[in-house]
Amino acid sequence: MNRRSSGGSEPQWEGASTGSPDAGASLAANIAAEVTAFAHEVGSCDPVTVVGAQAHWDVGGTPLAGTREVRAPAGVWEHEPSEMTVRCGAGTTVADLSAHLAQTGQMVPLDPADDAATVGGVLACGFSGHRRLRYGHVRDLVLQTRHVDASGKVVTAGGPTVKNVSGYDLARLLVGSLGTLGLLAEVILRTLPVPAASQWLTGDGDPFAAFDLLYRPSSILWNGSHAWILLEGDPADVAAEASKLEPAGFAPCDGPPPIPAVGRESMRPSDLRALAGTGGEWLAEVGIGLVHRHEAVQAAPVAPANALLMDQLKQRLDPDNRLNPGRRPW
Amino acid sequence: MPVGYGRVVASEIEGAADAALLADLRGVLGDRARDNDFERGLYSRDGSIEGSSPAIVCLPTSAADVAQIVRICRQHRRPFLARGSGTGLAGGAVPVGRPVVVATSKMDRIIEVDIANRIAWVEPGVLNLDLSRALSPLGFHFAPDPSSQQVCSIGGNIANNSGGPHCLAYGVTTAHVAALEVVLPSGEITVFGGVDAEPPGFDLRGLFVGSEGTMGIATKAAVRLTPNAPTVRTLLLDFDDVSEGSAAVSAIIAAGLVPSALEMMDQRAIEIVEAFAHAGYPTGAAAVLLVELDGLGGGVEAGVEIVREVAERHHAGHVRVAADDAERALLWKGRKNAFGAVARIKPDYYLHDTVVPRSRLTEVLEKVYRIADAYDLIAVNVFHAGDGNLHPILAFDRREPGVDERVKAAGRDIVAASIEAGGVLSGEHGIGLEKRDYMGMLFSTHDMYTQDLVRETFDPDGLANPLKIIPTGSRCSDSFHQHVPEGAWV
Ligand SMILES: Cc1cc2nc3c(=O)[nH]c(=O)nc-3n(C[C@H](O)[C@H](O)[C@H](O)COP(=O)(O)OP(=O)(O)OC[C@H]3O[C@@H](n4cnc5c(N)ncnc54)[C@H](O)[C@@H]3O)c2cc1C
Repeated sequence: MNRRSSGGSEPQWEGASTGSPDAGASLAANIAAEVTAFAHEVGSCDPVTVVGAQAHWDVGGTPLAGTREVRAPAGVWEHEPSEMTVRCGAGTTVADLSAHLAQTGQMVPLDPADDAATVGGVLACGFSGHRRLRYGHVRDLVLQTRHVDASGKVVTAGGPTVKNVSGYDLARLLVGSLGTLGLLAEVILRTLPVPAASQWLTGDGDPFAAFDLLYRPSSILWNGSHAWILLEGDPADVAAEASKLEPAGFAPCDGPPPIPAVGRESMRPSDLRALAGTGGEWLAEVGIGLVHRHEAVQAAPVAPANALLMDQLKQRLDPDNRLNPGRRPW
Repeated sequence: MPVGYGRVVASEIEGAADAALLADLRGVLGDRARDNDFERGLYSRDGSIEGSSPAIVCLPTSAADVAQIVRICRQHRRPFLARGSGTGLAGGAVPVGRPVVVATSKMDRIIEVDIANRIAWVEPGVLNLDLSRALSPLGFHFAPDPSSQQVCSIGGNIANNSGGPHCLAYGVTTAHVAALEVVLPSGEITVFGGVDAEPPGFDLRGLFVGSEGTMGIATKAAVRLTPNAPTVRTLLLDFDDVSEGSAAVSAIIAAGLVPSALEMMDQRAIEIVEAFAHAGYPTGAAAVLLVELDGLGGGVEAGVEIVREVAERHHAGHVRVAADDAERALLWKGRKNAFGAVARIKPDYYLHDTVVPRSRLTEVLEKVYRIADAYDLIAVNVFHAGDGNLHPILAFDRREPGVDERVKAAGRDIVAASIEAGGVLSGEHGIGLEKRDYMGMLFSTHDMYTQDLVRETFDPDGLANPLKIIPTGSRCSDSFHQHVPEGAWV
């Protein structure tokens, strides 16, 4: 077992690294104690919001004035490299999680714009990073969640194994819910090996043609005139794919410009082409259909039948509207 | 409430109610609403060992048909149940409460293949393999590949969030569904999710996938297309010792490889599969691993070397690398038909599905053998070892008196052993009826109560495939018991 508490401020659990059954039990008890303490802090009465790094504070609205602020537990609690899973407090920063996993050559490709963001914050927003093209949506990296519900009780959803279909998929419901249905306390995520090689290329070639040419690129970002393409994998493969791109007008570079972090405009991947020649500074994810802008973007409307279901879910799970009041994910 | 399956008592009152319901359904569907004994019998069971009888079977051809059926069922306060190919193994498609079965077999069109968005819009009755075959000339496939893929439907895959050997690298069904057109239990038609990058609001799509037909009926789906890998290599490793085989599984993963598939078979499985498939499986071995690597050539060849090294370290007898597509297909033929081949030893089988951490595979496998012995059953193991997904097959002969009880008791013990080892109830087959009453082994009462609140949001009247997944009594309020449809057995 390979465990470490990160963040420095929380307790270093005695005996947690010996791998003995007793140590396992005491680790489990310590995790449970942290989660329970968070549940007590959330309580069951007043309006409450979780503060992470405030990297995405304004997404879906800011909490109403007077809302009490709490912090989710932090720390990488359990990492078993050969299981490819990691258990951490939702308040753990992505930087801490990444540093811990890097020691064994693993990663969780959450890729927030600012890695001071907390794992819980990234999941509550449901924002995938720029490598979604290869690694999928962030919700597909989540195996198990423990959240505190409106009554102050802990709810477990999903399961600790890499594959699981036991019961309703509440974990997916929580991802992207902006903490309006429950406050994440602890998550178990799937890890991946850090690719052996990784190379960005840039040029003014057609990014859509490049997408068709390549086998599972990690990212294709495009600003209407230039594109930045990330290749990852075996060194020989990265070199071979890069050489396919060279005739198409792409050459190696250090990386893309900073990704605009205010607005996220969602469209079908095929609709991105129509952005060519439109002004402004934006960066689009080719193959995904997401446009990152410096300006806020109006969210698309939700179909009436879906809005009704969403309202009723909120009504049932948080009848007094105490979880993140003022925020709304649609 | 009576416990036990298959105890529906048809009374005269029920007969009259069925006739009125049938008349209304015929008004919409004509002779595609049926109540003859043959068809009711046909739809009384799925791939599990449970069974019960539906009142009426409907064969809609459109979402509008499905919406009408659901509305009529509501008027008659009668449960309804979506059904794909009936290969589900957890009793999800077993009719409970004398429902109307909504079979999707006539909704089997691939509506549109949209390469620009890497999406195919399909009706729910499209068979899994038919979709991948249709996509193949375009260089794509639908990644979830249950072993039943020749016959199971996309609608069933979605409802069960199905997996398959290649889900190790590509993820289970939910990762491959962008949008769903759904007839809600209210009878309304809506679309969850979207082909765009980030559809707004809660992920109702993600909630619906895996909900086993209890949140409505999917009438159309936008599924994601996965590009076919340029290079594929398939290896067969054999071991004298099951524990070496399991250790090799962990070692392959720990070496930083994510094979596209990593399957294991035990000695009995090897024997029956070889007798049927003649694939050259080594019948003397205690276990074999079928390892598939795919992707670009460099990574795949480097991976083959890593697998060879691991094989050597764990004393594998042989490492056979399939020379061509034909040999690859032969090796997979054995694996994908293993369940059917069990008929060589006993006429019936009960296929289990639990997941354990990879590091606990050896220990739990040993327990599975001991449990089978204790109940005088034969255990055969063919499973998705790469993600710790056990599929113990208990072979038996239904004609033996008392065997059903033994099979169920052994199943329960296997589930308990898996959970004790840090595992879960189901990796891909779902909960349905089979594991409904085991939910409490994994979840607290409050967890289940919360799940049921979510389900109830979609179906307050409890008419959509009732009494599946969540055990009765999960709700403290009396309201839950009010959803139990009349005439239902629990
Ligand atoms: C030999 C064998 C091998 C198998 N191998 C695998 C495997 O490798 N991996 C795996 O995951 N599973 C496997 N299965 C299980 C099964 O094939 C899958 O669960 C499959 O997805 C079920 O599809 P189906 O069309 O048969 O669904 P059904 O059995 O007809 O239905 C399953 C559930 O889905 C619901 N449903 C069906 N259609 C809809 C719809 N349109 N809308 C809403 N709900 C709907 C039903 O109500 C039911 O609850 C195997 C089964 C067999 C018999």
